[in-house]
Amino acid sequence: MGDAILTPIEKKPASFTASVVGAFGAFAGIFVGAANGSTLLGIVAGFVILAGLAYLAMEVLDESQEKMVRWGLIGLMGVAGFVLGGLPGLVVGLLFGWFFGWLIYWVGEGRYRAHLVPYLTPGQVLWHYTFRVICGAIFVFLITPILVVMPLSFNAEDFFTFTPEMLRFDPEGYSLKHYRDFLQSDDWQQALRNSLIIAPLATLLSVSFGTLAAIGLSQPHVPYRRAIMAILISPMIVPLIISAAGMYFFYSRIGLQGTYLGVVLAHAALGIPFVIITVTATLVGFDRSLTRAAANMGADPVTTFFRVQMPLILPGVISGGLFAFITSFDEVVVVIFVGSANQQTLPWQMFTGLREQISPTILAVATILVGISIALLATVEMLRRRSERLRGMSPG
Amino acid sequence: MKLTKTLMATSALTVAAAGAFAAGHGMSDSMTLVSWGGAYQNSQQKAYVEPYLAMNDGVSATWDESSAEAVAKLRAMNEAGNITWDLVDVVAADAIRLCDEGLAMEIDHDEVLAAAPDGTDASDDFGDLIVSDCFIPQIVYSTTFGYRTDMVPEGVDAPSEICDVFDLETYPGKRALEKRPINNMEWALLCDGVAKEDVYDVLETEEGQDQALAKLGTIKDEVIWWSAGADTPQLLADGEIFMGSTYNGRLFSVIEEQDQPVAMMWDAQVFDLDGWIIPEGLSEDRLARTLDFVKFATDTQRLADQSKYISYGPARASSAPLVGTHADLGIEMAPHMPTDPNNAANTFLYNYEFWADYRDDIDAKFQAWLAQ
Repeated sequence: MGDAILTPIEKKPASFTASVVGAFGAFAGIFVGAANGSTLLGIVAGFVILAGLAYLAMEVLDESQEKMVRWGLIGLMGVAGFVLGGLPGLVVGLLFGWFFGWLIYWVGEGRYRAHLVPYLTPGQVLWHYTFRVICGAIFVFLITPILVVMPLSFNAEDFFTFTPEMLRFDPEGYSLKHYRDFLQSDDWQQALRNSLIIAPLATLLSVSFGTLAAIGLSQPHVPYRRAIMAILISPMIVPLIISAAGMYFFYSRIGLQGTYLGVVLAHAALGIPFVIITVTATLVGFDRSLTRAAANMGADPVTTFFRVQMPLILPGVISGGLFAFITSFDEVVVVIFVGSANQQTLPWQMFTGLREQISPTILAVATILVGISIALLATVEMLRRRSERLRGMSPG
Repeated sequence: MKLTKTLMATSALTVAAAGAFAAGHGMSDSMTLVSWGGAYQNSQQKAYVEPYLAMNDGVSATWDESSAEAVAKLRAMNEAGNITWDLVDVVAADAIRLCDEGLAMEIDHDEVLAAAPDGTDASDDFGDLIVSDCFIPQIVYSTTFGYRTDMVPEGVDAPSEICDVFDLETYPGKRALEKRPINNMEWALLCDGVAKEDVYDVLETEEGQDQALAKLGTIKDEVIWWSAGADTPQLLADGEIFMGSTYNGRLFSVIEEQDQPVAMMWDAQVFDLDGWIIPEGLSEDRLARTLDFVKFATDTQRLADQSKYISYGPARASSAPLVGTHADLGIEMAPHMPTDPNNAANTFLYNYEFWADYRDDIDAKFQAWLAQ
């Protein structure tokens, strides 16, 4: 639909604007009221104030004064917030002012209708926006636990707590000391080193074996393909703790328990299914006549693989590799069994840290890891889009 | 700075001793030590691991923070025939279990451990704290209550007795208790009119167990159950709870190091022990290294040094007079020891034998009661 105006807009009746904006005001009033003692009073006051403001803006003042009114609201609510709740109140007030300034004109001028097709009933319009709010709420539900961790990692105290200083935005309440802890503590540095040794090696093994397996299993003449596939994918399906206990006893007998090689092999086994699945999916779109054409021109199978097939399935290989990397980088159960204290990885260190001593250093590490994960997933997504574009599946 | 000084002092003191050993002859040059992590492990690291490594060039020590599941892991290692730990820090009750199962090595305490400076044998110096032939005691800790001073209702004295925990009228607010029957059942009976010396006799009976659970039931709605030692300090710092039980060293850290508005109750604190065990089945060179280390790590001065970093009482009688000041804060540590006479006015002795016999039954009953 884009930004095209599909429906001409018109000013709404004052009673409509005032009551809708008032309802939002009442909703905001619940929180402001609860924070200041009386929820009921908050609801009533929120409704009255916002309904009044909406009426004032739409009916008394001229439309050309929109900009001034909106800035005025931001200032007014900011001051009110500051009086009620100090510095944090000011921020909340400014946000409220910005939101309600926008809301009054959005509702009052009927702008919400502009980008929707003209034949929608009011009920459908309402549902359109309700649906968006629900989607937003789900998004908030998913993302909040991750976002909360980030400011807490700058806590100046050794607890998982928003201190009064932090809530007042007092610089004293914030510090980088947990990041310093992470960067200076031998335990954490050793764990980081271990993770950075183990994860890439495990990824390399997973990608090599997984890609080969996927290519082999996509050949129609291989017998028992489904059974072999099921066995290779099983580490993904079997509960991790069972794989871990099994690996522990097996690796102990053959002397791999408590060695880097053991942990790398275990993580590679966990990563292979991801590579197989992504590469198999890419191979579906791979045109076999290309390999035949290459063979026809005299290329041997190895050359054909590296020069023809590999470049085309590369996005699948890379995204499988990233999944394998994240699997190894995030893995805690298997490494606790198969590794010994010398192979403590970051997740293991975080796990013991959480259990024995609730230190915000874990939050600092978590923030760093979230950053890395976002970067990796963004890469995967970009690669996926690139491959779609190359194969002409979407007009990118 | 202080650390360096301590290091220098200890290494100077022990240079002669180190020279006497044919520096690591026939000993493996790495050790895996198992402990609890956190401030406690840090105190071990500072008080004896770092000095030991400074004395023994080329030796390395790795920590494995697995004490909480030491029993299960040692069983698995034994089954797999691959013991990767050299020295394991466990609570006394676990040491007794490991000893009974043959997973920990029985030792002659007088032979393995250093004598006190005045020549007293190790077994006399540790005295009653040697609760098992496999157990090498390090510290005495206690489980006790801390409360938030700013949540005490106006016009009421701060809580000072164990029964204040059960008094919701005078002291309203959430409490944190450990998610297991040990200690909680005893406290409940004490506050339900049972005399201290009769607690375990009463607790042997079905009615006694029901009585304790009924008493706990009076505050159940207000209880947050913790399972890791760090939970209660976090809850106290958050102001989520008014009072809660945890290990006294954790409370010391909240009060003195983190500067939170929290105070100790000490009343009816329950003493318990923590110490080393040597796993059964070490190869000769590893055993030699472990014995060499443990002799050093549990001598009189080292145990006293440990109390510079954490407020747990040294297990040796001869260490008590050497307890000094906190390494960073410079405050006297003696008044913060659970064994200090002011704190130990009313203590409760944890009964190992009772819990060894009844733990499984009462655990099951307690968990069922929790789920109700």
